[in-house]
Amino acid sequence: MKILNQEETKRIADKVMSLSKADECVVTINGSRTGNIRYARNAVSTAGLVENTQLAVSVAFGKKQGTSVINEFDDKSLAKAVQRAEELAKLAPENPEFMPTPDKQAFKSSDTFSKSTDAINPEYRAQVAAYSIEACRKKGLVAAGFFTDQSSYETVANSRGVFGHQSQTGIDFTCTVRTEDGRGSGWVRRDAQDVARFDPRAAAEVAMEKAIRSAEAKALEPGRYTVILEPAATSDLLAYMFNSFDARSADEGRSFLAKKGGGNRMGEKLFDEQVNVWADPWDKDIPVLPWDNQTLLARERMDIIKNGKIASMNYSPFWGKKQGQRAIGAPGNILMSGGSKSTEELIASTKKGILVTRTWYIRMVDPQTVLLTGLTRDGTFYIENGKIKHPVKNFRFNESPVSMLNNIEELGRPEVLAGDESQFQLLIPAMKVRDFNFTSLSDAV
Amino acid sequence: MERRAFLNMSGGAMAAMMMPFGRAIAADELIKPVEVKFKKMLADTAMTAATQAGASYCDVRIGRYLNQFITTRDLNIENVTNTESAGVGVRVIANGAYGFAATSDMSPDGVAGAARQAVAIAKANSKLQALGVALAPTPGVGEVSWATPIKKDWRTVPIKEKADLLITANKGALESGASFIQSLLFQVNQQKYFASTDGSYIDQDLHRLWVPFFATAVDKGTGKFRSRSDLGTPVGMGYEYLDGRKEDKIKAAGGVATLYNRSYDLIEDAKAAGRQAKEKLTAKSVEPGKYDLVLSPEHMWLTIHESVGHPTELDRVLGYEANFAGTSFATLDKQQSKKFKYGSDLVNIEADKTIPGSLGAVGYDDEGVKCKHWDLIKDGILVNYQATRDQVAVIGEKESHGCSYADSWSNVQFQRMPNVSLKAGKKKITPDELVKDVKKGIYIVGAGSFSIDQQRYNFQFGGQMFYEIKDGKIGQMLEDVAYQSNTQEFWNACTAMCDERDWRMGGSFFDGKGQPMQVSAVSHGSSTTRFNGINVINTARKIG
Repeated sequence: MKILNQEETKRIADKVMSLSKADECVVTINGSRTGNIRYARNAVSTAGLVENTQLAVSVAFGKKQGTSVINEFDDKSLAKAVQRAEELAKLAPENPEFMPTPDKQAFKSSDTFSKSTDAINPEYRAQVAAYSIEACRKKGLVAAGFFTDQSSYETVANSRGVFGHQSQTGIDFTCTVRTEDGRGSGWVRRDAQDVARFDPRAAAEVAMEKAIRSAEAKALEPGRYTVILEPAATSDLLAYMFNSFDARSADEGRSFLAKKGGGNRMGEKLFDEQVNVWADPWDKDIPVLPWDNQTLLARERMDIIKNGKIASMNYSPFWGKKQGQRAIGAPGNILMSGGSKSTEELIASTKKGILVTRTWYIRMVDPQTVLLTGLTRDGTFYIENGKIKHPVKNFRFNESPVSMLNNIEELGRPEVLAGDESQFQLLIPAMKVRDFNFTSLSDAV
Repeated sequence: MERRAFLNMSGGAMAAMMMPFGRAIAADELIKPVEVKFKKMLADTAMTAATQAGASYCDVRIGRYLNQFITTRDLNIENVTNTESAGVGVRVIANGAYGFAATSDMSPDGVAGAARQAVAIAKANSKLQALGVALAPTPGVGEVSWATPIKKDWRTVPIKEKADLLITANKGALESGASFIQSLLFQVNQQKYFASTDGSYIDQDLHRLWVPFFATAVDKGTGKFRSRSDLGTPVGMGYEYLDGRKEDKIKAAGGVATLYNRSYDLIEDAKAAGRQAKEKLTAKSVEPGKYDLVLSPEHMWLTIHESVGHPTELDRVLGYEANFAGTSFATLDKQQSKKFKYGSDLVNIEADKTIPGSLGAVGYDDEGVKCKHWDLIKDGILVNYQATRDQVAVIGEKESHGCSYADSWSNVQFQRMPNVSLKAGKKKITPDELVKDVKKGIYIVGAGSFSIDQQRYNFQFGGQMFYEIKDGKIGQMLEDVAYQSNTQEFWNACTAMCDERDWRMGGSFFDGKGQPMQVSAVSHGSSTTRFNGINVINTARKIG
């Protein structure tokens, strides 16, 4: 199905709401065109284009709610979708925590669409793959990678007059380069809303250089080290922590933000004062939709951590009402302030330390302290007297991002990045951190 | 990569769309299947179009995926959603390259169009292809069908009955010590039709079910909180799994818990979870060091999954997953040497897609290959891998293992893990007898935190409940336990296991792999097993 414009989706949303006899009705329409190319062993393995449009109708009779999702848009199908949602609502038990959908509000649009990304074609994708494949073939290296681009839109509407429609684009590129003997491995990730900001050749070079430099790794004793964490080494750690900024979990005593004896740790200084984190739907580098599509509440620019202190937590409409706090749209991006230094400059000012390209398979060990475990991967190096001395074997770490953000020595220049398993768009700096806890060695390359 | 993000799913329209499940439909429409005659006509149309466009091979998968999920929080039902996703995926080989296209337009014109698009993509891809794709032969089986053997169809159980069961269980947990509980009921029906130019027309009806919960106890005074998850497992069964039959209950070693085999008593387990979550708040923090570990099957499945299941996937071994999931330490030279000691002599690990009640059991895989079982590790030696039709030639075999799977009609099928299980010991040993000669050990029940490197050497696992073993006796509960090891060292430290009376399966609904990522459901069986001298760390920390 073709990408629909605002007039078309408004007509559909109005039609759906006019068909519903429920006390309230919420309509969400999502359409996307996603292209991808995947390669491994220096050859393309799969390529595809998926177009998808879905309409979700959520209705409520009193505190009983039902939802249905369809991908057909003729009048008969729309009527069927409303009927199905209403049937489910009637079958569902009453939810005492049900909250009505918000009243009419204005959404200030953000600049989430780029024409150049929208215009990506199969030839462009093939060229992205070809840059790394051909360069690797020439140097006796082996490339595996994935490039994906998306052009999409979202429409939200409810029976109280809320309406929003916005288009968005984005690309994500990852490439792993390995030496033929499997003793070296390098990796790169690039994310952008506007593909004009993406240089596939330069990106491939980064992965190739790391692959070559990471061969002949030496084993260092596990222990606490000063580390320089590139943004891809902290993205998933930070995302885990920001997933725990839910006020309800904290107030209920089941989060690291819970206060001993009851309540939460709002306003407390938990991190080094260099730590400043905020969300901003209108940020020029990582703009996101100006609404939260789970609640239909408008997003706002909000400080999350200010000079190391907890500046805000997320309130659901139910919990906000119960606690007398204003619920606002949950953030879609996370920005962290940094300095002006490049990673090379951070290395130059380091006497002894370890450079980490990336971390992998991160899982929660203890939510009480946000203790996470995971491993370094695809480029881990020993630094001595301001220079990379030699590659080192990968480490497993057991570390909490809370401790990590307390032990900051210096911050580098922020970069745009998506995490492996994070739902946030991120703009985060490289960090020099002391006492990072590596607990064992891994033979993996 | 085993995913757990679904636990964040709650109410609302967007949550329903984000489930890997598709569009919602009313309960009364779930039962009617699409007619086989119609599916055969669509498949023939697609195959004819593909062949005419120049394909040398074509397979067509017509899928209708029906699901229902119910989410709860404490005494409230948060959401009830019925979903349906239906469509057709066409895979072809043309000019020696794969092409794939999918459509939700289930008309003859729609599927013929997808078939021609798949051929065009294959021809475009062939320009960048070094070697042509060759499929190991598999016999055409004509028109056949297969269905998961179920006794109670979840689609016919009233929503109220299910909601009542969940809320009763939640109430039990809250009354016995939990401060909070979230529970979910996942119910899956996949109606899959496969046809190929080899002459197969296979109609399958698959059922799966899972009831995970997460009970948390909070001590506001100390600020401490601890959780205990369910000890049930996702299964390839009907609603009868929730019958909780007496004969399916097992006493854990030392009588510390009730465990479950072919059916599950949700209410009883939730009550125990409330009690045990509370007990964890005051349990003794573990002294780090070397311990003999006695691992229950409820824990073992995840260790098997990560340290044997993934490293023996042939696509990983060959490098096709290098950019995301990773490669494998279990390289071809190790398998070809016939001497690589993956584990001790006791370790026999089998791949099996035929075990009744398991998540991986199907009649035929997504390439039309009849399912079977085969050895991966025999008497401790790495002997084989998991392979699909385009891979088996690499390991000198002529017949696919039947490991092809796609999680939806809209995704292309690729190599996915079958059930991979540790065989029970031949010597008659009960869990209590297994503990008897352990001087300093830990008994671990249930799966917890998990992480492993991209070549599957170094891993770290937690658990649900930990009990000290001292001089052959199970003692007090421990906390803050995780063990770290290396796959080969760990499996070579396997010193004993219980016999088949104690053998049972655990599993996952959400094993993730590939780019774009697809999820797959898989089971892993074992009996209670002992590993000597494993490194245990203490995970307690202090922050701010």
